[in-house]
Amino acid sequence: MPTLVSHPDEVKVLSRRFGQGAADIEKYIELDGYKAVQQALAQGPEKMPGWIIDVMKASGLRGRGGAGFPTGLKWSFVPKQSEKPKYVLVNGDESEPGTCKDHMLFREDPHGVIEGTMIAGLAIGSKLGFIYLRGEYRYLLKIVEKAVADAYAKGFLGKNIFGSGVDFDIITQTGAGAYEVGEESALMESLEGKRGVPRIKPPFPAVVGLYGGPTVINNAETIASAPPILLMGGEAYAKLGSERNGGTRLFGISGHVERPGIYELPMGYNLKRAIYEVAGGIKDGKKLKAVVPGGSSCPVLLPEEIDIGLDFDQMGKAGTMLGSGGIVVLDETVSIVEFALRVMSFYQHESCGWCIPCREGTDWLKKTLTRVHAGGGVKKDVDGIQYLAENMLGRTFCPLGDAAAMPTLGFIKKFRKEFEDYIEGHKAGTPILTVEQLVGAH
Amino acid sequence: MSEIANTIFSPELAARFDHLVTIYPLRRSALVPMLLYAQDEIGYVSDAVITEIAERIGILELDVRNVLSYYSMLRTKPAGKYNVQVCTNISCMLRGGYDILNHCKSKLGIGHKETTKDGVFSLEEVECIGACCWAPAMQVNYDFHDNLTTAKVDEILETYRAGQGKDVK
Repeated sequence: MPTLVSHPDEVKVLSRRFGQGAADIEKYIELDGYKAVQQALAQGPEKMPGWIIDVMKASGLRGRGGAGFPTGLKWSFVPKQSEKPKYVLVNGDESEPGTCKDHMLFREDPHGVIEGTMIAGLAIGSKLGFIYLRGEYRYLLKIVEKAVADAYAKGFLGKNIFGSGVDFDIITQTGAGAYEVGEESALMESLEGKRGVPRIKPPFPAVVGLYGGPTVINNAETIASAPPILLMGGEAYAKLGSERNGGTRLFGISGHVERPGIYELPMGYNLKRAIYEVAGGIKDGKKLKAVVPGGSSCPVLLPEEIDIGLDFDQMGKAGTMLGSGGIVVLDETVSIVEFALRVMSFYQHESCGWCIPCREGTDWLKKTLTRVHAGGGVKKDVDGIQYLAENMLGRTFCPLGDAAAMPTLGFIKKFRKEFEDYIEGHKAGTPILTVEQLVGAH
Repeated sequence: MSEIANTIFSPELAARFDHLVTIYPLRRSALVPMLLYAQDEIGYVSDAVITEIAERIGILELDVRNVLSYYSMLRTKPAGKYNVQVCTNISCMLRGGYDILNHCKSKLGIGHKETTKDGVFSLEEVECIGACCWAPAMQVNYDFHDNLTTAKVDEILETYRAGQGKDVK
């Protein structure tokens, strides 16, 4: 079972109930559960939506799925009047390699996600929320389903919640294995019973989303941040983090560290300290080679680049992304050629095939990297990989194409010499195989 | 009584499906969960499963097949009673995911997407399963097993072989 870890530098806002059995509704209530939603309802029907959105805006909370879009602003885009029903959609299709924070969140604090969903619903005037979990998370779906049923039994969900006259329902949904469905519009397609291919934007989900209705879609961690934000106030939450990056975040540190785990750290926390202090440093006293800072789609950082704050802006300035908060640490023994191939094999497998630059791009990048890795590379392959990846950027409906291209460009930019040396070093005596021989039919 | 006469599903699952198609704003939203739940019971998405689910939702079998082929967890052929899914994505790879996969291959004598002759186990190399901080990890059906070593894998496989493994559905 996933193990809980702790470090004195942690600021436990989202994780404060972790390890305390808060999947049980009574325990959740005892630990300030369902207070925030009642506080919102106490504002009265007229004032409430604006009040919630103002607090969320003041909190500086930015989307924890990876894009970092300000949550309060996103909620404010939903039109007040709408002929079609409005929906709240919780994205629990956590699939970005290196990311397992929502796994812990659903296991330890499912009611936090439910209460956050209700708050988002109240903010935009929606009566129905969906919590979508990836198919692999069946045991977590059971936990969430039980939590939802318990909330209904208490009268917290359904008709006239907390005697307010407002109705709110939640439906839980399972996926069936698809990284692409973590993209917001593909998730809506999946929830409508279709292949999870992305939709062109605009229109954005806030205007035309699920079933064509205005929809707020947020990552599960973003949604679960709403209740503590309402309770402590937007400004107080904002102050926990760094400039324009409010609050705390669940960072998952994995790979070659002594104490991998989910740690809740303030936004802007130093990455180097997170690796060396919080996660106990590099495993077995080895040397650090590289860090993937926010899930596999984020360009890699070199050891000399990690003295930097973990927030969306500082990571952007460093040419990478904060992404999903999944920090993957690579020690000196890792072959970047092999690592780059593994990353690309993933994106090639997960590309939904809708947009040609992504479908063909990931396939040819995988083939080329496979050949290089097998020892059949030629010097111009390095430029070829770069050229191909550069031409995928920004040319697809959804960010999967970029997610495959960006880390690849990072590997080539920062480890070009390793690629060239690898190709040079494997020349002698290596038979040149065709790509079909290397990759096989798929 | 199921809404479908001669349903191929157990009375419990048929009743669950009767209800499931009614809870969404659009009937078709039940499709992906139904395919997965049907697979859990039947073992795979058979032609008969496709026919009945199409009828229950009121869409073409072609529409069902179109969706079915998209999702990596859905299969149209039987797997072993216990489907061993070893993650080899980056976080697991860095902590020995491939050693775990290779160990399973030699221990079970089968490769990726193959099933043992006795039908007890099948093996799959899978993409990230969301257990990165507890790597290397694998799932046996829906159950997670993490912080794996080859010795721990042996124990886990023995437990399932003896019919004493946990099996969440």
